[in-house]
Amino acid sequence: MSPRPLLLTQARLIDPAAGREAPGAVLVRDGRIADIAQGSAPGTPDGAETVDCGGLVLAPGLIDMRAFVGEPGAEHRETLASASAAAASGGVTTLVCMPDTNPVIDGPAIVDFVLRRARDTACVNVLPAAAVTKGLAGREMTEFGLLQESGAVAFTDGLKAVTNAQVMRRALTYARDFGALIMQHVEEPDLVGEGVMNEGELASRLGLIGIPREAETVMLERDIRLVRLTGARYHAAMISCADSVEIVRRAKADGLPVTCGVSVNNLVLNEGDIGHYRTFCRLSPPLRAEADRQAVVSALREGVIDVIVSDHNPQDVETKRLPFAEAADGALGIETLLGAALRLVHTGDIGLPRLIAALTAGPAGILRREAGRLAAGAPADLVLIDPDLPYVLDKRALKSRSKNSPFDEARLQGAAVLTLVGGRIVHRAPEIAVAA
Amino acid sequence: MTHGAPPSFPHRHLLGIEGLTRPEIEGLLDRADAAVDISRQIEKKRVTLRGRTQINLFFEPSTRTQSSFELAGKRLGADVMNMSVASSSVKKGETLIDTAATLNAMRPDIIVVRHQSAGAVHLLARKVDCSVVNAGDGAHEHPTQALLDALTIRRNKGRIEGLQVAICGDVLHSRVARSNIISLQALGARVRVIGPSTLLPAGIERFGVEVFTNMREGLRDCDIVMMLRLQRERMNGSFVPSVKEYFRYYGLDGDKLALAKPDALVMHPGPMNRGVEIASDIADGAQSLIREQVEMGVAVRMAVLEALASHLPNE
Repeated sequence: MSPRPLLLTQARLIDPAAGREAPGAVLVRDGRIADIAQGSAPGTPDGAETVDCGGLVLAPGLIDMRAFVGEPGAEHRETLASASAAAASGGVTTLVCMPDTNPVIDGPAIVDFVLRRARDTACVNVLPAAAVTKGLAGREMTEFGLLQESGAVAFTDGLKAVTNAQVMRRALTYARDFGALIMQHVEEPDLVGEGVMNEGELASRLGLIGIPREAETVMLERDIRLVRLTGARYHAAMISCADSVEIVRRAKADGLPVTCGVSVNNLVLNEGDIGHYRTFCRLSPPLRAEADRQAVVSALREGVIDVIVSDHNPQDVETKRLPFAEAADGALGIETLLGAALRLVHTGDIGLPRLIAALTAGPAGILRREAGRLAAGAPADLVLIDPDLPYVLDKRALKSRSKNSPFDEARLQGAAVLTLVGGRIVHRAPEIAVAA
Repeated sequence: MTHGAPPSFPHRHLLGIEGLTRPEIEGLLDRADAAVDISRQIEKKRVTLRGRTQINLFFEPSTRTQSSFELAGKRLGADVMNMSVASSSVKKGETLIDTAATLNAMRPDIIVVRHQSAGAVHLLARKVDCSVVNAGDGAHEHPTQALLDALTIRRNKGRIEGLQVAICGDVLHSRVARSNIISLQALGARVRVIGPSTLLPAGIERFGVEVFTNMREGLRDCDIVMMLRLQRERMNGSFVPSVKEYFRYYGLDGDKLALAKPDALVMHPGPMNRGVEIASDIADGAQSLIREQVEMGVAVRMAVLEALASHLPNE
C-alpha cells in the first residue's frame, strides 16, 4: 500500500535542472512528484497529508557521488544502514558507494549483494560504483558490461588511481563501447610518496612530508590525453588545486567528455585547519593552500567543477588517534555535506541555486539518473532545507558509526529539516509538522 | 643551583622551541650555565627532583640523547626509568595513546619522549597529567638540541646576536635544523641553510633564512658551521647519488671550512658519519665544538628539567 499523497506548501522551490527558483508547492503521490504549483498552493487533494514549509527551500534530494561504506568487510566503521541514516539526516537521498570494500565490488555478484542489502537496510538510494580493475589491483579490467547490467553506475578504483597508463588506456577504450563512466582518483602515488599533507611552508614547519600539487596535475593531464585518444566518458573524482582547474577548463573547452568533482572539504577548509596535527583533517587529496581553495570555489561557481562530493570516509579510533603521519586518510562527510557547503552561500561566494545544482542535477546528469530535478514525473527524492539554521556540530549526534568529522564543534549554518526518498519521509526535524 | 633568581618558566611542557620567547630561551641558557658548574664538581648530585619520577620513553633508539636525559635527571635527584620501544608493548600493537594512558597511571612527574612521527609528542602530552619533554619528534622539533647548541655557541663566542650561522646538509629530514632555525633567529643570529635542493624542505626560504645550494658560497663569512647527519638510506640514489658525490660537494673538509671566517667554529649534533658529511680531521680539529656539545647537552637538560619542576604538583 503506497502512503497517502503529500502536499508540501509555502516552499521556496529550487529546480537546479531548469535553473528556476520560485515560491510554490509540490504534490507527491506514489513515490513521484505528481504536480508542481508555482505561487499559491493548489487545493489539497482528498486524503493528502500536508507540510507547511514556511518559506524554506525545497530542492531535489542531494546526490553524493563519493561515499565509502564499510559494508561488506568493515561494518564496525559503517554499514549501509548507518551510512544511509547519516545521509538522510544530511539531506542526501542518493549515495554512490565506492568499491573499496572487502571483498571488493568487482563482480556482478557483489554488486547484487550490495543492492540487496541496501534494499533491505538502507533508507536512501544506494548506487554501487564498481572497480575498474579486479581487486583494485590496477592490472586487469573488470566486466564493465555485466557490472552495468547488474546495477553498477560507474567504474573507479576508489581510493587508488589507475596508475598504469596502458591499463587506463584499455579501460577507457573498452568503457566507451558500453557508455561506461570512468571515475579516477587523480593522484600519482609515486609523487605522493610518504607525503601526508599539502607540500609547502606549513608542512615544512610541522616536519611533515608534503604532497606536491603535481601529484594531481600529472595524473589529470595524462588521463585527459587518454580521453582525447579514446573518447570515453571520464570523471575526475576530486580536484584540489588551481592548476587542475585550468586543466579541466581546457579539456572542456576542447569538447572532451570530461567532468570533475570537488570534495566539500577542499571547498571550505585549507591546510591551516590541520593546526596542531589534527588527523581528522588528514585527507586525500590533501587540504591545500587558501589560494587553491579559492580557485576551486571559483571553478565551482563558473561550472568548471560539476559536482560537490562528501568523500565520506568513516575511520575509527585505531586508524585516527595516532600521530599524523601514521593515521589513515579520510573524514566523515555525508551528514555535514550540506551544512558545510552552505558556508559558501553564507560567505557570498556561491548562489544557493548553483550550489544545489552541484549537489543534485550535476551528479544526476553525469550518472544519467532521472533524479536531481524538481519536475512532475521525477522521483520524489526531496529535501527541505533551512539554509539559515545555526548550530554547533556535535559529533556524538552524528548517525554514522564513526566520529571522525573535521567539523566537530564547528559552527555551521543550514541543515536538512525534512528528507523524502521516493515520497517516504526518512528524516524529519521536530519543528516540521505533518498535518493529516 | 642558580645564581640570582632565574625567570620562572611559564610552560608545563617543553614540546618545541616554537612558542618560547627570547627571555625564556635565555633564562634556560642561564640555568644551564649554572648546571655546567655542577657537572664539573665531584659532588654532582642535587635535590631539586628528589622523590620525582622521570620516564624516558624512546620509540626511536638513541644512545646519546637518552643517556644525556638520564644523567640530567639523576644529577637532579630524580628516579629515572628508561623505556625503549623494543622492550615495550608498543610492538604488540598498543597505540601511542594507550601507552600514554598506561604510563600516566603510574604517576610519573616528567616524561621525556622521542618518537619517529612529527606531532607524536604533542599528542602524548595532551593525554597525560605530568610534564612532557620532547626529545625529538620526527622531522619536527628537537628543542633540547637547539638549546645545547645555543649554549655551546654562547659560551664560545660570548654572544649569539649578530652571528652568521650556516646549517648544512639534510635539512629536509632534520628536526635539529628546524629547532635551531627558530632558536637562533629568536636569539638574534642570521641563519643560512646549505644543501642540495633534494634535501631542502619546500618553502624553506619563508623561514627567514638565506638558502644556498652551493656550499662554497654559503660558507663565506660564517661564524658557525653546523653540520647535519645524513641517514644512510638517503645516500645512495634516492636523495643524493652517492656518498662520494655528497662528500665532494656538501661534506665539510678543510678546503671548504677555509672559506668561512678564520675563527669559525664547527658543530654536529651527532652521531657523525665521518667522510660523509664531515671529514675526520675537521671533526677532531681545533675549530670543532662537537665534544663540548655533548657536555652542554647534560647541562641544558638539567636546566629544562629544573625549569619544569616548578610546575610539578607539590602535594
